[in-house]
Amino acid sequence: MPERNIRVLIAKPGLDGHDRGAKVVARALRDAGMEVIYTGIRQTAEMIAEAALQEDVDVVGLSILSGAHLELFPAVMQACRDRGVTPDKTLFFCGGIIPDEDLPRMREIGFKAIFGPGANTNDIVAFVREHVTAPV
Amino acid sequence: MPEPGDDLQARFLQGDRRALARLITDVENGTERGRTALRALYARTGQARTIGITGPPGSGKSTLTNELAKAYRRRGRTVGIVAVDPSSPYTQGAILGDRVRMQELTADPEIFVRSLASRGTLGGLSGATMDVIALLDAFGKDVILIETVGAGQDEVEIAGAAQSTVLVNTPGAGDDIQTMKAGIMEIADVLAVNKADLPGADVLISQLRALLSLLPTRGWKPPIVRLIATDGSGIEDLLDACEGHYAFLQENGRLAEADRQRTRHQLLALTRAHLLAGLLNDTGGAERLDALVDAIVARQIDPHTAAERWIAQEAHT
Repeated sequence: MPERNIRVLIAKPGLDGHDRGAKVVARALRDAGMEVIYTGIRQTAEMIAEAALQEDVDVVGLSILSGAHLELFPAVMQACRDRGVTPDKTLFFCGGIIPDEDLPRMREIGFKAIFGPGANTNDIVAFVREHVTAPV
Repeated sequence: MPEPGDDLQARFLQGDRRALARLITDVENGTERGRTALRALYARTGQARTIGITGPPGSGKSTLTNELAKAYRRRGRTVGIVAVDPSSPYTQGAILGDRVRMQELTADPEIFVRSLASRGTLGGLSGATMDVIALLDAFGKDVILIETVGAGQDEVEIAGAAQSTVLVNTPGAGDDIQTMKAGIMEIADVLAVNKADLPGADVLISQLRALLSLLPTRGWKPPIVRLIATDGSGIEDLLDACEGHYAFLQENGRLAEADRQRTRHQLLALTRAHLLAGLLNDTGGAERLDALVDAIVARQIDPHTAAERWIAQEAHT
């Protein structure tokens, strides 16, 4: 095997059931040769963090369309940190409906990129490839 | 930043689940640290009860695995789950979706679920499956459930990997000729009829009974268990059927004999892989392969002779 397979967790925290975006991103990453663990909708912060831990993923991508990102994303990030899954070793990105004024806060808590509506899947793939931290 | 391997092993032995997760990645990628860990931990394996879950795509393997894990937890056993999904033959990418049906299990720290991509391995498992099972075993999981990729007719590798194999069938998936074919029907130790509330369940059960009456028994007659995995009904019967098979294996040294067979199978597969890797990684190995392919395509030699020559390192002829 020439290079290690990149493992990505794609998850949707909270109660909105709009998972088209998450599925499109999961599929794009799959087609780029990555192994994508898809956990489905209505996830609690603990479920996502636990999946990230058990699957030992390189990347965590979260999608949200309900507007609850200011509550849920920090909760997911905290649950991940509690388990030793931290943004210095694991790449975090997010997407969905996130107002511009909230972007700095998202970056501050550890998301390396935020992809909104109309984001190009090629850009997302390129972003993940570029930022996945080297294997330890 | 490199974490020293022995530190990871120490954390593993203290029950650190993150260390387990990291070592699984290592054995899956065949790293030196993974090899070292397996070498050190292998003596601790051989304790776990292993059960394979196989069946066609959409038959309910993940849902059934989820329920079976909960049932074992109710009986006080810790559980490891290895869930395999297929890799793309073109891009090597994969969607590992078995966790969708297992999300409730994440609330229980005594259950550890790991998804594996098949990474080009045929037969329904991934090349690293045995090593991942070994790590979960060494970690102290009492029961390890192995869910294969959606299997059709010939994905029988699981029978060589687990002590018991559950084959999941659903009503409405073909006529009774399907149950008569060789292959996957023959490896089942327990036959689960899932979605038993759908029309055709009784017909399927009678077809399976007819099939079983014709199979050589080898001392064990696979029980047929009717269940509806989505609401958990029948799951205790499934667990009892699995444990019944285990009790059968424990008689007359069958378990030890099966373990020997499994070990032998694994050693043969590993040796084969190492020999091939040796040929390919040899200086000029890739060129030799290309030269032989050219010769075969030009019909100068036949594939069998080419293989013999490659092994004998005479490819430049």
